[in-house]
Amino acid sequence: MTIIRIEREKNSPADIIRREADEPHSKVVRFGNDKPLKLDAGVELSSYQVAYQTYGELNAERSNAILICHALTGDQHVHNVHPVTGKEGWWDSIVGPGLPIDTDRFFVICSNVLGGCLGTTGPASRNEATDEPYGLSFPVVTIRDMVRAQAALLDHLGIDQLLCVAGGSMGGMQVLQWAVTYPERIFSALPIASAARHSAQNIAFHEVGRQAVMADPDWRNGKYLSEGTSPRRGLAVARMAAHITYLSDAALHRKFGRRLQDRELPTFGFDADFQVENYLRYQGSSFVERFDANSYLYITRAMDYFDLAGEHGDVLANAFRNLKARVCMVSFTSDWLFPTEEARDVVHALNAAGAPVSFAEIETDKGHDAFLLDEPELFAIVRGFLDSAAKKRGVKAPK
Amino acid sequence: MLTKTSPGTFVAQAIPQAPRLDLVVVANMVEPGSRVLDVGCGDGQLLQLLTETRNADGRGIEISRDGVNECVAKGLAVIQGDADTDLADYPDSTFDYVILSQTLQATRRPRWVLEQMLRIGKRVIVSFPNFGHWRIRGQLLWYGRMPITQNLPVSWYDTPNIHFCTIRDFVDLARELDVKIERAVAFGPSGGRVRFDAPWWFWNLFGEQAVFLLSRKN
Repeated sequence: MTIIRIEREKNSPADIIRREADEPHSKVVRFGNDKPLKLDAGVELSSYQVAYQTYGELNAERSNAILICHALTGDQHVHNVHPVTGKEGWWDSIVGPGLPIDTDRFFVICSNVLGGCLGTTGPASRNEATDEPYGLSFPVVTIRDMVRAQAALLDHLGIDQLLCVAGGSMGGMQVLQWAVTYPERIFSALPIASAARHSAQNIAFHEVGRQAVMADPDWRNGKYLSEGTSPRRGLAVARMAAHITYLSDAALHRKFGRRLQDRELPTFGFDADFQVENYLRYQGSSFVERFDANSYLYITRAMDYFDLAGEHGDVLANAFRNLKARVCMVSFTSDWLFPTEEARDVVHALNAAGAPVSFAEIETDKGHDAFLLDEPELFAIVRGFLDSAAKKRGVKAPK
Repeated sequence: MLTKTSPGTFVAQAIPQAPRLDLVVVANMVEPGSRVLDVGCGDGQLLQLLTETRNADGRGIEISRDGVNECVAKGLAVIQGDADTDLADYPDSTFDYVILSQTLQATRRPRWVLEQMLRIGKRVIVSFPNFGHWRIRGQLLWYGRMPITQNLPVSWYDTPNIHFCTIRDFVDLARELDVKIERAVAFGPSGGRVRFDAPWWFWNLFGEQAVFLLSRKN
């Protein structure tokens, strides 16, 4: 494998991140003092913005809207060329004309999460009070705060009830949070490769990543954007460690085995002798070009705090008591980050709450990342689920 | 239609059928608009039939991954699970009907499964192949081999069916569980129903399949 780096901008990553954080290549809605966002941390964001992309047309009845929630390092660029990396949208395989999330029939919305770095207010955004990036003065946000910001966006767009809210991994957490916080605002929900809480093992992995970022001298106690540095090495290591958890032993073995990188023999040094090392280094170095290190701290923290049952006396079924929406939960056999047992816990709770729930486990060796990849069984399930939801709701195609 | 394959073994040729008769019989027992749980729903044929013809709010449990994924792709609310364990997770009287269609004989704990179904549902519908049918008795009696028929086409070493019973056995179990048999239907291979007023021993001999509608007495 060769490393291809596209030199798209002459600007430094810090410049690009600051630009995308405040003036993104996206639609943006700005909320002022009249509509502050109350956060779980007990503070209010008096002004904030949400960056989002839409695909397809909203029909006259406003009944065909689907909200896609992105994962930890994802963003709103689901189905268009990414403004920073120049790559295709991250869910191009499933969102588009004639695809399971069919933009000819549905109005698809995806917004950057609160705490993100691609245009929705987060630690890289400019704090109006100081005219500097927030950095660590940004309040710690939760998955519920992210969902509140999405609900504010829907209010702005004039959509009372979504046909479906869908997402994988942390996106799935937001989907489940929607089902708990705004049950009346969703007609159906599609959480993929997700769980109702973040496990101790997952918190542990996140802590390793955060410590790697904070151990980088260029992190500067979170003030690197103001001081013109970038904790590239720390963030790259965090990404490398996390990336291993998104795959599986079998997938790594299939892709790389013990093969050496562009050489016949080991070099007896610490260069990237193995292909798998080279791959991880590439994952790390390309990630820092597009992601803000502080955002990584904040969003991983939001996932750590996620525990739906905890909000409801540790009885998960109580969390779903008011849910009428149909839910389709999907897990993957080789996903060890969000294993099937955790998906099953959610399904049992939904069943006990009387919600109409489907659950499918898909056999694959691709690990957690399977939800982003070409999985025909996932496509068939998503298509069938959305078709039946649209039929049940009597959704008409937009003109 | 029966075809001879090897000495003493008769295998029925598959005849393409649109909605299977036993499914139609089951569906006809369900009041329109009911909440229904189909335990062991396979590829979702019965759930689809119930949704389309009885306007039912149907849910399913299925153990095979392929079956579940096929159901979900059809837009049915089905979860992957095991009847032998997962029924315990459902609250009391959640459903108007809990259906066990051609699955009783494949459960590890048929009695426990039935008890759970009676707890979860106000009514229970069970359909199963009758091991007391004359053809099955004949195969055992004349050839001394485990029977292979149109409904039970798999050899003993491959079959998922581990708890066969006869119609009389099932009636005994229903009495032991102290449940009310609201309706019972038995029919033969051609779909002809066994006379309603016939005694159980007659049903047991000539019914190839049976469908029971049960309810709690209290």
